Amino acid sequence: MRTFVKLLSLAIIAAFVLGAVATFPAKTHAQSERTITIGFTASQTGKYNVESTRQINGINLWIEQINGAGGITLSNGTVLKFETKFYDDESSTDRVQELYTRLVTQDGADFLISPYSSGLTDASALIAEQYGVVMLTAGAASDSTYQKGFTLVYQTYTPASRYLTGAVDLLAATDPDASRIAIVHENDKFSTDVANALNSYAEDLGYEIVLFEGYDSGTTDFAPFINKIEAADPDAILGGGHFQDGSTFARQLYEKDAGANMIALLVAPPEPTFAELGDAALGVVGPSQWEPLAQIDASKAEELGIEFYGPSSQEFTAAYMEMYDEEPSYHAAGGYMAGLLIQKAIEDADSTDTDDVAEALDNLDILTFFGRNSFDTSDDNHGLQVGHSMMYVQWQADGDELVKQIVFPFEAASAETVYPIGSE
Amino acid sequence: MDFFAFLIDGLLIGFVYGIAAMGLTLIWGVMNVINLSHGAIITLGMFGVYLAFAELGLHPYLGIVLVGMAGLLTGMVIYAVAIHRVINAPHLSTLLATFAVNMIIIGIGTAYFTTNARNVDFSLGSVKAGPVNIQVTRLVAAAFSVAVTGSLYFFLYRTKYGKYIRAVSNNREAAELMGIPSAFILALSFGLGTMLAGIAGGMIATFFPFTILSGGTYEVKSFVIGVLGGIGNPLGALIGGILLGIFEGVMPYFTETSWVPVFEFGLFVAILLFRPQGLLGAKK
Repeated sequence: MRTFVKLLSLAIIAAFVLGAVATFPAKTHAQSERTITIGFTASQTGKYNVESTRQINGINLWIEQINGAGGITLSNGTVLKFETKFYDDESSTDRVQELYTRLVTQDGADFLISPYSSGLTDASALIAEQYGVVMLTAGAASDSTYQKGFTLVYQTYTPASRYLTGAVDLLAATDPDASRIAIVHENDKFSTDVANALNSYAEDLGYEIVLFEGYDSGTTDFAPFINKIEAADPDAILGGGHFQDGSTFARQLYEKDAGANMIALLVAPPEPTFAELGDAALGVVGPSQWEPLAQIDASKAEELGIEFYGPSSQEFTAAYMEMYDEEPSYHAAGGYMAGLLIQKAIEDADSTDTDDVAEALDNLDILTFFGRNSFDTSDDNHGLQVGHSMMYVQWQADGDELVKQIVFPFEAASAETVYPIGSE
Repeated sequence: MDFFAFLIDGLLIGFVYGIAAMGLTLIWGVMNVINLSHGAIITLGMFGVYLAFAELGLHPYLGIVLVGMAGLLTGMVIYAVAIHRVINAPHLSTLLATFAVNMIIIGIGTAYFTTNARNVDFSLGSVKAGPVNIQVTRLVAAAFSVAVTGSLYFFLYRTKYGKYIRAVSNNREAAELMGIPSAFILALSFGLGTMLAGIAGGMIATFFPFTILSGGTYEVKSFVIGVLGGIGNPLGALIGGILLGIFEGVMPYFTETSWVPVFEFGLFVAILLFRPQGLLGAKK
């Protein structure tokens, strides 16, 4: 009997041990795969719809590619897969804070990507910081967001203070006799930041600012501004705001034959759909964060002595066109880039812990298809993009077609600048 | 700066404002109803022309004519469904009824069109008048407005139903005693007001982009114009519209454009305080 009890005890112990061993691989498997939630809001409706849709397309392409490549494998064997969670913010600041709070507290977002536009991003960045979640901002160039002491918010775009200054350099190089600039801009956070920086820069270079005026967001009648521009007789008209108002402004400048030699507007011209304006788009210059024509690859990284990361420009463009059957704009590239930076930071940190990923972003200095990326780590401007630079495009005629050409900086140019506008 | 450039742009857009306000003030004058669905109906006019142009390939000006006809019928239906039952109730009831119509239109429109901007991709270029460039679409809209106003006055003063409308407007009970079918005439009046709002929206769509929410701006302007020209006075509405347009056009000559609404609504309050019957006198 005693022997039977011993055998029974041994059998029970063996069963426990075997059970533990048998469950061990399953437990390891559960640890080895984890889904990371990327939270953001999309302006599926409202005035930022065009730009935001492209940005979200870019994010979704990145998600598709990273998951298609098997995710990220950490050194402990954990495989990270990615999913998105998003809501429509209706292009409204009022909705953003509520939705980002929900993304963090209810949906368990591990990382955040900003909505489109500086105004909406400013509202969402506060939530990211409050809840201690790393946020990559895309479509948000305003400098002031990064001057509020945030430590977890990182900018993908070239900041607003350097957004349109290159257009002045282009004007100076193309027409040394030009001396008069009119600045008409949207009265929102981003455009005002750009216009103020542009104003100072142009004045420092000796230009006379013959008109400096803002228009309300949602303005549809630009006739009073165009009348003022005509009266001021500038060599160049610079300014604008976002896609809708910028497109309307360009159209009415053309219809009223405003007469300046150069027109450079924010945001709208680099969008492929700007070409739908037809002749009104011809000759209009726009600052772009990235263009499909840009040749950025590993050889440039070698010249700079930094790492090249992610797809080349051509690979990104081809993948985007295959997925969406349209040419990517810089808003699409910016969305993709936000995801790519999260990916790189997780890889460098070998962790998804907020502090580790933030530290990896602080130390980042890489070249990607989008350009160089590194962040200011000072207390005054933490997270501000310091590596990336703008390029400038111009819509030019190619037979009956309108094509977008890079015209500045000259070393990256795909065509010469058409100056004065309409001289083609 | 060429003052005339500002003046002409304002004058031309003022005609369109006048047509929009005429729709509002006609309904008020005949029915004593403050139509809070006015802005939403202006938006319907914009989208009507947009759909006729973008989906059916019709010329925008033909689209405006069709929108006007559809507006007349739509207005009569709105009257029959939402307003007829409360036409004799206190003002609050008609306010709520028209506000409900407004919310229904905006709600359905937002669900169907979203709040994204639309644009009737149509331009007639500009003509040069001395130093002033004038957009031809604005010139056509002003001419269209004059034609619509003339037609409306011809209808009101030279046709049987026009006379019925004026009779109902002056004294509904007496008109009914004379055998005038007041319910039909009230529906017709609401239809005419809706038609004018739709036409104004259609004309605006030929030169400005718009969203489903754009009508609200023009509704507010219509109230200002109504007060300016005299509530219930269609000709006063046209003149008030032209005055407001000129005011909006000329103010940027003297100051930054963003100050214009401040002066505009300052003027609105001043007229309410010092000449509440409007510059041309309200309907008695």
